[in-house]
Amino acid sequence: MHSTLSGLIAAGITAAMATAAVAQQTVVTWMHLESDPPVVAWMEGVEAAFEARNPDVDVQMQYVANEAFKARLTTMLQSDERPDVFYTWAGGVMRAQADAGVLQDISATVQDGWGETISAGALSAYDYNGAVHGVPWEVNQVGFWYNKGIFAEVGIDPESIRTWDDLLATVRTLHDAGVTPITTGGADKWPLHFYWTHLAIRIGGREAFQAAINSQGDGFAADPFIQAGERFAELIALDPFQDGFLGMTFPESAGYFGDGNAAMQLQGSWNYLTQRTNSVSGAGLSDDQLGWFPFPVVDGGAGAPTDTLGGINGWLVTDGAPPETVAFLRFLTNLDNQTEAARLGVHIPVTIGAAEALENPFFRLHAENIARSDYHQIFYDQDLGPSVGRVVNDVSTDLAAGLLTPQEAARQVQEAWEFETM
Amino acid sequence: MVDTADSGTPARPGLLASWHRTWRRANQRSAFGERYTTAIVFLIPTVTLFTLFVILPMGEAALYSVYRWNGYGELSTFVGTRNYAFLLNNGAFRSALINTGLIILVSLAIQLPLALWMALILAERIRGAVLFRAIFFLPYILAEVATGLIWKFVYDGRYGLVAGLYGWFGAEPPFLLADRELAIYAVMIVVVWKYFGFHMMIYIAGLQAISHEVVEAARIDGASWWQTAWRIKVPLLAPVIRLSVFFSVLGALQLFDLVWALTRGGPANATHTVVTYLYNFGITRMSIGFGSAVGVVLFIICVVFAFGYRRSLMRHD
Repeated sequence: MHSTLSGLIAAGITAAMATAAVAQQTVVTWMHLESDPPVVAWMEGVEAAFEARNPDVDVQMQYVANEAFKARLTTMLQSDERPDVFYTWAGGVMRAQADAGVLQDISATVQDGWGETISAGALSAYDYNGAVHGVPWEVNQVGFWYNKGIFAEVGIDPESIRTWDDLLATVRTLHDAGVTPITTGGADKWPLHFYWTHLAIRIGGREAFQAAINSQGDGFAADPFIQAGERFAELIALDPFQDGFLGMTFPESAGYFGDGNAAMQLQGSWNYLTQRTNSVSGAGLSDDQLGWFPFPVVDGGAGAPTDTLGGINGWLVTDGAPPETVAFLRFLTNLDNQTEAARLGVHIPVTIGAAEALENPFFRLHAENIARSDYHQIFYDQDLGPSVGRVVNDVSTDLAAGLLTPQEAARQVQEAWEFETM
Repeated sequence: MVDTADSGTPARPGLLASWHRTWRRANQRSAFGERYTTAIVFLIPTVTLFTLFVILPMGEAALYSVYRWNGYGELSTFVGTRNYAFLLNNGAFRSALINTGLIILVSLAIQLPLALWMALILAERIRGAVLFRAIFFLPYILAEVATGLIWKFVYDGRYGLVAGLYGWFGAEPPFLLADRELAIYAVMIVVVWKYFGFHMMIYIAGLQAISHEVVEAARIDGASWWQTAWRIKVPLLAPVIRLSVFFSVLGALQLFDLVWALTRGGPANATHTVVTYLYNFGITRMSIGFGSAVGVVLFIICVVFAFGYRRSLMRHD
């Protein structure tokens, strides 16, 4: 009885001390968009490991869903409740945040040996006016995922799909066989903007994009962008998507693909996991059933076949965040942690040497493609900033719905761009 | 008389006399002054709150609306009326205005008559009336977002209730929320379903306030149920109906969460209301200047309607 009582008191004192210790801890809030359970589990592991080494720091993960995050971020960043470190796709959105002074310049720490450990190409996407406000942690590539079983059944050789015309022929063949050729999440709009923008990359190459953002010539109303709309319209004329595609979100469409209901899906590297998580069984298509081929080239296009579209995603540090935030970010992106991320197939890391641990054959392939690419274009809807980017998503959706002509689509993007840069 | 009226108490000779004495004795802190002090003390919180949360935001929105501003930092790029010019030429905004108009029309032409009809039946003491009142009121209690998600499932072309019904008859199910023509009608069905119970309850309360003697007198005079309803109850209910029309129109002008959960304004911007348009084109695009212009337009529409309606139709209520 006596020992129980003293035990209780001892436990009480320990608890009180623990509370006191918590009170002295520095809190680092980490805002992320990750909902895939295996990825979240890995992130929690990194967080625990960092806290174990730094008992005076308490890293708190905050999850916000993708679309909600984009909507709330502006207000959140200007409030006292802003996270210390948050997810980013870099590009124009990051530049707007940096201009507003809500980000912290961490160049000093990055130059202190940290930057050398990260792929220079990826890191340069985070350089803005000579300052660095965060670091990348992954890259990804957009391309066509396909269902090997369906392709074999219908008799399509994926190797034969090299040009846009080949793709159109494939869509016709699949249609004739009574299969839904492609699935897409039209309600989210951005899955459709991959078509218009990747066609623009193939047709106009880096030069057309550079000319447009420098407001040279006709900008986004120039020929390559009109042609991108025309080629996209050729695909739309074949009725390539599942019924009701304009009402389906990206996760739903990924599940639709994972369930084997459609032959192809144009998506980024992450779809490898998303098509599993959102399938009815939760298993999706296995590595044996899943195939991938790059976005086809367009005959006569100025873009190189090796040009890639995708993301260079990572983390940004906010103004006023404690120094422990940077220490945590450095820990998160170190070789050990990123090697583990690669091994688990969480993403394609940009920390030098980590990608070698990639076991996932698709991620390995994407990593090689991006390494070989001279022009890795960040998603237009991020790179052009939140306002013009969403216009690109809008016009891509309107093209898919047959509401706009290719000329009107290109003109609308150009008008938005002119307004943004006036 | 003036004094008593101002003091807010009924005229009583004794009080009046003492009042006058107080007033005459008055030095700097006269009763007159005290009354002003009271008024000021009571006004300060209201005026402060009204200024802080109504007048200032309105002024700010009007100011932002002539700038291109992404919500960060200083207002720097003055664009004059360009936000408004873009707005008026924007197809998605026109369709948002039309959709809002359609929702108002459906609210007035279908929702309110339905609510009135149900109220006329359920206000009477019949078996099960209370149960049915509760059932029809239930959708109103349901959170808007939950309603949106439930109906999204109902309308789903593959797994939903509608798809099931079509499948039963062996027909190809439609994808209502993915069809640019039909989606807005699907939204309107949900709006009527969700809010008619609220108006029904208002009407029932109004009907119960109508004196029994009037209704009974009509019955004794041989008026049918229909005649009693149309010639006695509805005219006596007129102030309540005018109020519910007011609520209904303002509610339709401000409709947001239901549509957002159901369609997010899609497919391809076909089901935006003015407010979802504001959210999508203003907030999520970090175009606070443009969003403010939408807000100003919506505000003007609301104010014109509210004042116009109150001054004309609700003048005597």
